Amino acid sequence: MDFRTPDIDWAALAPVLVLMGTSAFVLLVGVFLPRGARRGFSATFTALGLLCAAIAAGILFAQDETASLTLRESIWRDRLAEMAQILVCGAGLLAVGVSYWERRAPVDDDGTEAPADEHERIVELYALLLAAVGGMAFFVQADNLMALFLGLEWFSIALYILTAISVHRLSSLEAGLKYLIVGSFGSAILLFGSAFVYGATGALEFRAIAEASGDAERLFLVAGLALILVGLAFKMSAAPFHMWTPDVYQGAPTSITAFMAAATKVAALVLTMRVLTTAFPGEEELWTWGLAGIACVSLVWGNLAALVQTDVKRLLAYSSVSHAGFLLMPIAAGNELGGRALLFYLVSYAAMSVGSFAIVAARERELRRPVTLENLGGFGWERPFYGVTMAVFMFGFIGLPPAGLFLGKFYAFAAAYERGWTWLVIVGVLGTVISIYYYLGVIAAMYMRPAEARVAPAGGSPPRDLPLATTVFLALIVTVGSLVAADPLIDLMRDAVASLTFPH
Amino acid sequence: MTTALILLPIAGALLVWLLPWPTSRAAGGLALLVALAELFLWIVAVRGFDFGSGTLQQGADVTWFADLDASYKVGLFDFSLWLVGLTAFVGVAAIAYGMWAGRERPRAYFGLLLFLTGATIGVFSAQDLLLFYLFFEAMLIPLYVLIGVWGGTRRAVATVKFIIYTMAGSLLMLVAVIALGLANETFDLTRLQANDNPWIFLGFVAAFAVKAPLWPFHGWLPDAYREAPTEVAALLSGVVSKTAAYGLIRIVLPSFPEPVVDFRTVILILASVGLVYGSLLAFRAHDVRGVIAYSSLAQMCLIVLGIFANNASGLDGALLQMINHGLVSAALFLLAGAIERRTSTARLELLGGMARGRPLLASLLLATGVIALAVPLSSAFAAEFLILNGVFDRGWGYAVVGALAIVLAAMYTLRLISAVLHEDVGSAVHPQALDLRPAEVAIIGALVVALVALSFWPAGITDHAFTAVLSAR
Repeated sequence: MDFRTPDIDWAALAPVLVLMGTSAFVLLVGVFLPRGARRGFSATFTALGLLCAAIAAGILFAQDETASLTLRESIWRDRLAEMAQILVCGAGLLAVGVSYWERRAPVDDDGTEAPADEHERIVELYALLLAAVGGMAFFVQADNLMALFLGLEWFSIALYILTAISVHRLSSLEAGLKYLIVGSFGSAILLFGSAFVYGATGALEFRAIAEASGDAERLFLVAGLALILVGLAFKMSAAPFHMWTPDVYQGAPTSITAFMAAATKVAALVLTMRVLTTAFPGEEELWTWGLAGIACVSLVWGNLAALVQTDVKRLLAYSSVSHAGFLLMPIAAGNELGGRALLFYLVSYAAMSVGSFAIVAARERELRRPVTLENLGGFGWERPFYGVTMAVFMFGFIGLPPAGLFLGKFYAFAAAYERGWTWLVIVGVLGTVISIYYYLGVIAAMYMRPAEARVAPAGGSPPRDLPLATTVFLALIVTVGSLVAADPLIDLMRDAVASLTFPH
Repeated sequence: MTTALILLPIAGALLVWLLPWPTSRAAGGLALLVALAELFLWIVAVRGFDFGSGTLQQGADVTWFADLDASYKVGLFDFSLWLVGLTAFVGVAAIAYGMWAGRERPRAYFGLLLFLTGATIGVFSAQDLLLFYLFFEAMLIPLYVLIGVWGGTRRAVATVKFIIYTMAGSLLMLVAVIALGLANETFDLTRLQANDNPWIFLGFVAAFAVKAPLWPFHGWLPDAYREAPTEVAALLSGVVSKTAAYGLIRIVLPSFPEPVVDFRTVILILASVGLVYGSLLAFRAHDVRGVIAYSSLAQMCLIVLGIFANNASGLDGALLQMINHGLVSAALFLLAGAIERRTSTARLELLGGMARGRPLLASLLLATGVIALAVPLSSAFAAEFLILNGVFDRGWGYAVVGALAIVLAAMYTLRLISAVLHEDVGSAVHPQALDLRPAEVAIIGALVVALVALSFWPAGITDHAFTAVLSAR
């Protein structure tokens, strides 16, 4: 039997391979180490692995002038994927800092001491984190529907387990189960849609779908496209497919929430842009309007629901739903400006998401209970650095300087305006106006509420948490830096989306 | 030079925040020093300014991002120079007063005051639409925290109202900025083409109408002015509100010649109504700050009247009145603060008879009040005369309303003066309540001296402004 293996461009797979290799290494070696050494070992190697993967993606980014297919018809080697890989690795790197001391001060729902062992499952946590990042790195390279589904399941399964990894906490287990069920539902819908598209066009590869769609069965093609969109909307937690988001964000360990909020959004949105522009250019009328609709629903629903939240993680979860709306605007605009806008927005948004959840984690470790607007009282004055940084993030989510999201929002609105959709911009503006109330609520809770009845453990300052503080500082640097150094960043994003052709 | 004017207060703010200061006096002292240096820097800028040329001067232009052609472009026109000076001057007075009055958490407080000053100067000198918008938004952050943390008992409501009103306005402006910038393919203010899209025009006007505020967009005003700490209220009504008037002059008038004419009647009518309405409310207000707050509303409407007269006389008058009202309302708010410190109230029915044995308070309040009500020979009189003269061209009705408003201004100012200084001694006025202390006299006195100087020589400003606009006509 004649069997030929395809030519494989191993270099293009380097980021994914590095991540998976490190994951295996951490998992296999970690178990043989004494318990006390595991945390330092696994965190160090995870950070190193993420850094190497990011550097590998960066080198590829510098080399790849033009996009090319590698591993025929299933994996892209292009700057869009590499940029997304850098972002995802960056989010993972920040998450390592957040998670480092998470087990030392376990959080319990009712504030009682939890009997958890601080060394328990630490190796698994980092190995799974690496696997999740690896899955996302693979996902954003996908060029056919099977690779897409494979990548999606790959990182999703890692995230399901990570969500439930705080086994001593009921809410974590509950969140994991919910995420598993709802997430699998979303994946099933995506798979269903893929089957329809395959049935209609007889192709799995994105550009082949585009070519075959001319004489494809319209009904199946359109139904397939709609179902794929819904499946992806589940992952980016856009309303009305966001039902899992608040529960999962609230229940998951805060470091994992921080990672999910940033990285999943990056991966899902970048891939959505790629699928829609490469595989369905002929149906652009359909998906641009569809995405605009989803964006509007997310903006309205996310912001309104966030108004009534008291748990800060839950509040930020709804804020993430509303930002899915903002992030969909530039994709819906379907122009090149929108492509740049999406990536630029994602940089500061990812940094701010990780940063704000990291600060929530800092407060959580002081209190050893979930952070609410109530027990945030006086936090800003007690911890000036975290307080000011959180204020910068909250003002930034609104779209105020000095955060890069000021420009990100401007860019997203500009993209929608260039498409001629002033109405969408107006919806975005209304969403922002609503959002002011709850973002300011967080700042008001930190600074304008007396620190009534200190719930913090009595006496002494809380344990120093250098990795966490470093993470927050890095997130702040990226957030403010993307405003100051907008020009080079936007040039990079222009290169990143150069391989896509936009319908408008 | 302009960059230095913007960056000095912001760098000063960072110093105050980041360095460990042993005492609260040290932090406040450094802030005051920075504010004084800023004033000095402004004087240097004035000396180096060529008033005849009417061009953009002492500027800087650095690419911010080339993608949509937005840049860090700053510079000063002759009229913006005066507003920068007003900001620097009132900034010094506010910080000095805050230092004298003593505030909790001084590092945060004085840093925010400096930051606010820097952002406001940024608004007055930005020559790029996006940069203008950036500074315009950046002003909100210190104001929110200053009122929300150090404000009065009802500060929570006041801040939320203030921020949501102004953000709603300025987000509409964001849409307008995007539309105008993309239509021109640049955000450079000096290269904008005339645009005739009424919606874009309205987007800008909405933001400025809220910020000024213009009737009927003043819902946030009474609460914010009442709850803000004294010197923050002084900055807010004296300086920050002027950014709106400046925006109308710098962006709306040159960029939208056609819509300005189309909507002139509507805006002039709104301004006239606001002028009378604000004056009447000021007359009816039951507390000192209420009188000042509503009189600010009236005065801003008067300024808008002058701006939308859109002729030399109207613009000159509007600018002069902007400076003038900036100084007057800052002085009045600081005086209100002085009264509140002595009586723990601002309610007019509890006040009265404070002139007896307190000559300094009485004379400063009287002097400020007399200038505020535009007696002949005062700078306010000159400004209002110019505005009325300008708006007369657009219809005598506006001038009549304006003249009526001057009468109303006399009514509410005299009512304020008599309710505080004269009549029977109010129940809240303790016989031993002190006269103004030397520091208060120095701070408020400086503002009053500036007003008197301006009264002697209003042409110092009117002859040195709008040379570009006038030569373009």
